[in-house]
Amino acid sequence: MCMSDLRAVVIAGALALAAMPVAGQDAAMPRGPGLGRPADADLVRRLDITVLPDGTGLPEGRGTAREGKAIYEAKCLACHGIDGRSGTMDQLTGGVGSLASGKAVKTVNSYWPYATTVFDYIRRAMPLLTPQTLTADETYALTAYLLSIDGVVKTEEVLDRSTLPRVKMPNREGFISWWPVAGR
Amino acid sequence: MKQEKTGGGQVPEFAAANGLIHRRELLRGGMLAAPALAAAPLLGAAQAAGIAPWTLQPGRPMSGYGMPSEWRRDVQRIFTLPPGRPGTGASRTPLHQLEGTITPNGLHFERHHNGVPDIDPARHELVVHGLVERPLVFALDDLLRYPQQSHIRFIECAGNSGANAGAAPPQATAGSIHGLVSCAQWTGVPLAVLLDEAGVKPGGAWVVAEGADAAAMSRSVPLAKCMDDAMIALFQNGEPLRPEQGFPMRLLLPGFQGNASVKWLRRLYVTRTPAHTKDETSKYSELMADGKARQFMLEMEPKSVILKPSFGMNMPARGYYEISGIAWSGAGRIRGVEISADGGRTWAAALLEEPVLSKALTRFRLAWRWDGSPSVLMSRATDDKGGVQPTHAQWATRYAPGQSYHCNAIQSWAVDAQGAISNVHV
Repeated sequence: MCMSDLRAVVIAGALALAAMPVAGQDAAMPRGPGLGRPADADLVRRLDITVLPDGTGLPEGRGTAREGKAIYEAKCLACHGIDGRSGTMDQLTGGVGSLASGKAVKTVNSYWPYATTVFDYIRRAMPLLTPQTLTADETYALTAYLLSIDGVVKTEEVLDRSTLPRVKMPNREGFISWWPVAGR
Repeated sequence: MKQEKTGGGQVPEFAAANGLIHRRELLRGGMLAAPALAAAPLLGAAQAAGIAPWTLQPGRPMSGYGMPSEWRRDVQRIFTLPPGRPGTGASRTPLHQLEGTITPNGLHFERHHNGVPDIDPARHELVVHGLVERPLVFALDDLLRYPQQSHIRFIECAGNSGANAGAAPPQATAGSIHGLVSCAQWTGVPLAVLLDEAGVKPGGAWVVAEGADAAAMSRSVPLAKCMDDAMIALFQNGEPLRPEQGFPMRLLLPGFQGNASVKWLRRLYVTRTPAHTKDETSKYSELMADGKARQFMLEMEPKSVILKPSFGMNMPARGYYEISGIAWSGAGRIRGVEISADGGRTWAAALLEEPVLSKALTRFRLAWRWDGSPSVLMSRATDDKGGVQPTHAQWATRYAPGQSYHCNAIQSWAVDAQGAISNVHV
């Protein structure tokens, strides 16, 4: 190979190297000292209380609306009222079909797109004064009870980790994602 | 433009109708004979009584943590405690009583869903898991050893200014209406550093962040934002995070709605899809008139508020006043703020105080010669992406009736001939 060919190969090689993306690194971003400790599977399993819309994260357990009614009356009614209405806290039921009416009533049954969110939220945050004290069975039962009030599930329908993700909420198609920001 | 002599013999240049003076006059220090907005000075009273008592005896000694003067104890966060829900809700920054752009830590607005937890930092941990090569756990002491970065950023609740959303403008102070926004210097670790250490797997596109409070509040954040300018904040204006702002660590997503900047951060879960948590479906979503709802409207729109003069302040006489306020945008820097003193017919560019920072509050000022006639003051912000504040009439057509998130409509203050100020919608 003559000198000019060799120079061309070297230059081409240098340009190719420069163009290669360096995975995960930005020259301006400071690297860390790598002090994170491995989080073992048991720790993650204990801490992960997130339920995804496809049902990932739902625990073993089951409940029906009939079972949920008694739990609701004992633990929820004081704030959320009879049948999930007319309490001092957020209205949970009713309003189905009202969203475009000019007097929208946003409730679990009229507005929430996924039933899995109900389980996720009740388990992590409710009751307000004693959060994270409900069992998985109680949480399935309460979810079933709330959904049954507006006929989203039937009173004897068993909700568990395989049936809950299949529940189709009335407003399932009602949300439009506004991310990413248009034009950027 | 009509020009008149001032008391000092200088001739002001007017930049718009009804007395708005060109902003370059402020750079010359050219405001004279300005009637005070506050009470009359004490100087005359002290002279009549002889030497002031505080000069005649030693003052109080050193203290471990300084507090403001008792004479200013009226400068407080604004809130009401709903009955039966102690410690849940929000408190607002008294914007109209503050200056500059940095919110003192004790006045930073609060918003939480089940009270402020008392977290022992020695027991608190941050776990990163999900679609990562290496699930990791970090203690606070670990994170403090990472290279830190400091950025001045606002945090604004998506519900800020919601009281202004309806047809009837509330007669309340600027802080009461717009006080769910604050700005501080946040110091901490770029989230990208921790996510790279864990190694995000292909398919990872969202990060579900969760807090350690009694609400265990969780939100899904786009991975792209996490890798961009998101940080795990540890310090607030130089000192450790306040409990109300997330001690010992919080997520800080510059420019995004405040709810997504999860406080008391304990878990980051990398996923393929968002989790569609309660706080990004039931709440913090915007219902449109056609019944559809927008989700993940994460970036806060450009907004500005005139803080002086504003509701609750009386203008005692005709003459020179400084109009001043704050502007901000989640999209980046404020490019300009325009002021009108005639209800939006004519506008003048305000002076922006340096430095004008991205996703931070910017202070604007303009001198005004009030001739004593009824006037309507307005400010309109434009950001560096070309975003502009709409009028209230324009904003009101965007969403379903009764919706109040993302209200960035122009704030208008009406001054009557007696100098009293009220909130109006234009």
